[in-house]
Amino acid sequence: MTLLQTQNLSAFYGDFQALFDINVTVEEGETVAVIGANGAGKTTFLRTVAGALAAAPESVVFDGKPVGHKTPHAIVRLGIAMVPEGRRLFPSLSVEENLLLGTHSERAGPWTLKRVYELFPRLHDLRHLPAPSLSGGQQQMAAIGRALMSNPRLLLCDELSLGLAPVVIRDIYECLGAITSEGAAIVLVEQDINRALDASSRFYCFQEGRLALSARTKDFDRAAISAAYFGL
Amino acid sequence: MNWLNILIQGGLLGGFYALFAIGLSMSFGIMRLVNIAHGDLIVLSAYVALVVTWYTGVAPFLSLAIVLPVMFGLGYALQRGLLNQTLSGGLLPPLLVTFGISIIIQNGLLQGFGAYDHRLKEGAIETASLQAGSFYVGVYPLLVFAVAVLSIAGLQLLFYRTRLGRAFRAVSDDADTAELMGIDNRKLYALALGIAMVFTALAGVLFGIRTIFAPSSGPIRLILAFEAVIIGGLGSMWGTLIGGMVLGIAQSIGAALDPTWQILAGHLAFLAILIVRPSGLFPRTKD
Repeated sequence: MTLLQTQNLSAFYGDFQALFDINVTVEEGETVAVIGANGAGKTTFLRTVAGALAAAPESVVFDGKPVGHKTPHAIVRLGIAMVPEGRRLFPSLSVEENLLLGTHSERAGPWTLKRVYELFPRLHDLRHLPAPSLSGGQQQMAAIGRALMSNPRLLLCDELSLGLAPVVIRDIYECLGAITSEGAAIVLVEQDINRALDASSRFYCFQEGRLALSARTKDFDRAAISAAYFGL
Repeated sequence: MNWLNILIQGGLLGGFYALFAIGLSMSFGIMRLVNIAHGDLIVLSAYVALVVTWYTGVAPFLSLAIVLPVMFGLGYALQRGLLNQTLSGGLLPPLLVTFGISIIIQNGLLQGFGAYDHRLKEGAIETASLQAGSFYVGVYPLLVFAVAVLSIAGLQLLFYRTRLGRAFRAVSDDADTAELMGIDNRKLYALALGIAMVFTALAGVLFGIRTIFAPSSGPIRLILAFEAVIIGGLGSMWGTLIGGMVLGIAQSIGAALDPTWQILAGHLAFLAILIVRPSGLFPRTKD
């Protein structure tokens, strides 16, 4: 069943149009990658779906209902959670307080503090430390945990790998399976194409605010993706 | 001249200034709102208490049971209905709007109550004092100081031990991300100004018992509150108490040297600290 569908989604920063007629669908429980070069509109796409940028109501349909006009806090309550680019943990809150902030959406579900600590055992040891004292990878885990605490049906992940060591990135991507097995769908926005394609079943490639290519991951060879990615 | 006595009287006076400053500190800390009308809202609270005592005949302390909820409601409505619309446009719009509110309150009070001085009368407690050795300490200043300490301790508990407080701190850190995590910032801001106004009203009534007030009394209250917050360091509630005490002690020392120096000495202490430590004694909030 279709969980998220964008229909000719356009988004603007003032007069500047950042997205042009984007049509993306995400089925329940699947992992979809959104790839593209810097400035292709990937983050804008996530922010629009999350409600941080306004869009026409019908251009974002979640669970059969138009949500393009809703505010971010209303969108979280419907079950779309965001892991923002650069983690964006709250610096004056402890790790555990950051996680608990995810409960403000008041959504019940499988994810509790206990389950998040099972998924990321390191966070349990660090739970009373201020968020900025964590390493980049630990902060990314906390940011994912914070989003999970709102028990999303759709998890939007913006540049999970940004600034992290390859071994840490691998650890974090290994956890994504546990998240989808609880029923959530994931949209991965990445500049690290290989990482994103390995973790997803389908992908969309953005280029200068437009959809350049979309297909099942296994159907496409990397050369075709590179062509769409760079617009060659 | 007894210097220890001056320190004690000045420190207790600092309790008043800290109470003045709590509401200002909260609204700046949580929503970066510089509330120019803060002093006038303190005075407005005293007038609300005055009207309550006129119509019900109760003492000012008891009038708090009505004044505090009324001012909470006013703060909530003010933020929800007006100030929330100003927060997306930078620092200037809220400054201008609260400046306008300040003028409206001052002139409204002038229209309604005239330019006369008023005072809230609480009776014997105003002049009661305790003797300890060669010291006399006023019961009322002691009570106000205790209220200031309890207010700040209560707010610290709210900020660091409750779900609402966690949301306040998160929004203060990063309002956009808090919204993405499911917090309704606008509702939270309204609650914050409502709570800030409860402490503002408490300050207004307690000061109205201690001294006379008139429609034009607001701006000096605002300046004292500002100075206490800046001396203490932005975002630190205990710092605000210390800031108020520094101000009170400086004023007492000034007054002891020459009665006309009281107010000036407080401002000079403020300027001196601003030069030596521009971010205050215990800064917490950045930017």
